Amino acid sequence: MAADVETIDTVNALAEGGYKWGFSTDIEMDLAPKGLNEDIIRLISSRKNEPEWLLEWRLKSYAAWLTMEEPDWAMVNHPPIDYQDLHYYAAPKKKPGPKSLDEVDPELLKMYEKLGIPLKERAILAGVELPEGEAPQVAVDAVFDSVSVATTFRSTLAKSGVIFCPISEAVQDHPELVRKYLGSVVPAGDNYFAALNSAVFTDGSFVFIPKGVRCPMELSTYFRINARNTGQFERTLIIVEDGGHVSYLEGCTAPQRDENQLHAAVVELVAMDDATIKYSTVQNWYPGDVNGVGGIYNFVTKRGACRGARSKISWTQVETGSAITWKYPSCILQGDDSVGEFYSVAVTTNHQQADTGTKMIHIGRNTRSTIVAKGISAGKSNNTYRGLVRVLPKAEGARNFTQCDSLLIGNQCGAHTVPYIESRNATAKLEHEATTSKISDDQLFYCRSRGLSQEDAVGMIVNGFCRDVLKELPMEFAVEAQKLLAVSLEGSVG
Amino acid sequence: MSAALKPTALQSSALAFLSRFEGLRARLPGDVAIRDEAAGILRSTGLPGPREEAWRYTHLRSLAEVEFNEPLTPVADCADLLSRIPDFDAPRLIFVDGRFRDDLSTVPSLAAVRVGGPAFGALAQPASEKLVALNTMLAEDGADISVPAGVDAGTVVLVSLGTDLHGRAVAFHPRHNISLGKGAKLTLVEIAVGDGVYLHNPVLSVAVSPEATMTHLRIQDESRSAFVLSTVYADVGEGGTYDSFLLALGGKLTRAEIHARLGGPNAIAHLNAAQLLADHQHADFTTIVSHDAPNCASRQTVKTVLSGKSRGVFQGKIEVARVAQKTDGYQMNQALLLSPDCEMDSKPQLEIYADDVKCSHGATVGELDAEQLFYLRSRGVPAAEARMMLVRAFLDEALEPITHEATRTAMEHAIALWWERQAA
Repeated sequence: MAADVETIDTVNALAEGGYKWGFSTDIEMDLAPKGLNEDIIRLISSRKNEPEWLLEWRLKSYAAWLTMEEPDWAMVNHPPIDYQDLHYYAAPKKKPGPKSLDEVDPELLKMYEKLGIPLKERAILAGVELPEGEAPQVAVDAVFDSVSVATTFRSTLAKSGVIFCPISEAVQDHPELVRKYLGSVVPAGDNYFAALNSAVFTDGSFVFIPKGVRCPMELSTYFRINARNTGQFERTLIIVEDGGHVSYLEGCTAPQRDENQLHAAVVELVAMDDATIKYSTVQNWYPGDVNGVGGIYNFVTKRGACRGARSKISWTQVETGSAITWKYPSCILQGDDSVGEFYSVAVTTNHQQADTGTKMIHIGRNTRSTIVAKGISAGKSNNTYRGLVRVLPKAEGARNFTQCDSLLIGNQCGAHTVPYIESRNATAKLEHEATTSKISDDQLFYCRSRGLSQEDAVGMIVNGFCRDVLKELPMEFAVEAQKLLAVSLEGSVG
Repeated sequence: MSAALKPTALQSSALAFLSRFEGLRARLPGDVAIRDEAAGILRSTGLPGPREEAWRYTHLRSLAEVEFNEPLTPVADCADLLSRIPDFDAPRLIFVDGRFRDDLSTVPSLAAVRVGGPAFGALAQPASEKLVALNTMLAEDGADISVPAGVDAGTVVLVSLGTDLHGRAVAFHPRHNISLGKGAKLTLVEIAVGDGVYLHNPVLSVAVSPEATMTHLRIQDESRSAFVLSTVYADVGEGGTYDSFLLALGGKLTRAEIHARLGGPNAIAHLNAAQLLADHQHADFTTIVSHDAPNCASRQTVKTVLSGKSRGVFQGKIEVARVAQKTDGYQMNQALLLSPDCEMDSKPQLEIYADDVKCSHGATVGELDAEQLFYLRSRGVPAAEARMMLVRAFLDEALEPITHEATRTAMEHAIALWWERQAA
């Protein structure tokens, strides 16, 4: 199914340079009433024309959620969330009209200008056809609020047997796959936010790579939170069969808001024998203003299951946005010789709070995991690395290496490290090291004496500090991420 | 929590301790108000359970299954237990089942010692540590040792003997308090041995004045059936040093918790430990170092050797307050797993609010290096001996900073005995 002209326009506006990310689009919304109850869930389910089993699954999740308590173990503080004061369903009715730039917070505009968006796919979305065989290409599945508006490159992908579509569509077209894998990695009752997501998720991405297929392009999705008071509950499911390979890119932006917005996504990855999944995220949602007003609450459950032997799941994330980040992309290493990786840069400034890390659960023999986490705190922010490495008795010869480094900029911020290391197999070898320091005066002096401004010097040092992670990012993201780091830290060095 | 619910084992156990307190309340020495407060805490919260973050790796279930009694007034000569205490040329204070035994002790001349009642001190936090609340509620006796300013009091040995006189489990909760005046020095060697089933729940507070140095060496070789749940509070003033080492070999279920606060600039704390575990032993070493002043340094080297089906736990937290600029914090935690059925859980933690700091921690878990073993074997060293050499080398890094010769010798002897027991 080719995207129609209207959809292309919509997405074009979304990614358009002058449009940027800093204001809400005045689209007529189809909103469900505020609040959460079984009727709302039935409404979501019926609007999406879902089969009975999915509605039942949602209701079961909701019932589980009701019995759970919001977790309080993370090192984050926020006023209590009123879950009844949110819209759980919003679908755009009309395409957005153009808006004047005058309404945009100039601070935000300035930031985005500095960032630039090297979005190769912009031209594609606008309908410009690339010459045959030009590579690499990026396919975009844009989530405009809760309903996926457009998916491009469907035909190219379909030729190689790859399914890449909104999950709501997958429910209609490939119900057997969705039913088999949905909730198989993150069960409905896994945690408070995952249960909430399972009950009310509206859309997200679905990727299926069949046996032996190497996905011909990098898959990408741009999430965007738009409607006032709309919690976003994406659900992403990626399945790679034996010997398949996929690289998935996820980037996020959000318009400026005064109210805090809740975002509770669930991402599930399944890798069978010899399959590889690379999942990269650049997250720069609205972090709130200098005084900590507004900003996104990002409570995400991301987990990958290395089901097959020699499978590999690699998470790379650059987290600079959100008022609160609560996110632990994890790997369950079930298959023998499977590999889990986690590369993370988390930057917090002003009043941001990040509690992020990973879990590596070693179940199979000779499973290996690598964790490289870099935390940078500035302003009055708090940045916590929280990670678990667990080796179960059967994981003969398991291997883990963990490196966590924290950088503090300014004396009003906090940097914390909370690793859990649990080994129940003597042949496993686990190594963990963590350091905390500030940018050394010597390094700064060296750069300054060679004519770099203070901010450029800090940007350069910070990029060096994060190099191990940034080099794991696909090219499309690496440039953006480097700029993002420098821009995020602007003004925090004095 | 509804009163109609059936109490859990942990709740019942707390209730049993509480009812023991009710019975003893009128007879216990010292201020009863502080005990009542502690009892109130236990009554409302119970003993720590696995849902509490600080207790996620150490479950007190097996403790809750035992009924503990008040120790009887000890009359035995304890000769057998005493023979296990290494001979130090130093005054020693001997506690049997938590009660001071004048007839067995020699009192130091350079430090003032007061016994016959609990030495509560001012540092303990019964409100946040439930086992300290338990101790506060039931403490009967303890040593109050103070070293005057400028005095080097040499070595004092503090001995705890846990007896199995009547074949019934007893619980004792000694409460010690040590204070060092400005520039004072003291080496406290704590040795604990015992037989049979008992609960040893000591709390020891150490106040180190500016420029003073406290060396605290502990050998915990208690009964393999005993529960040992100890808490140490150390508060170090400007330029002072608290230098501690714990060798833990004994006990069935043990936890040694240390809260060290560096309260004045240039203070130093060393919290080192070695844990050697076998069979079904469970040992937990938990430390919290609070850097509350600039220019302080803390060092930790913790080594755990596990065999059999044992389980080792290390939780180490370094907290750096906003004022504590130029903090130097280092923590190394390593575990050696000698058998396929043991488990190590480690949680090193940094909580840092100051920017100009140098803090790091490292943790490793693994088995003996096959290449190192091969190296030794290929040079004709028998397998068992090669393993022992490597284990000893592994432990050496932790033992190295101990400068007190007699204690070090005693520790090495205890480790050698432990190894013989494993090899047999």
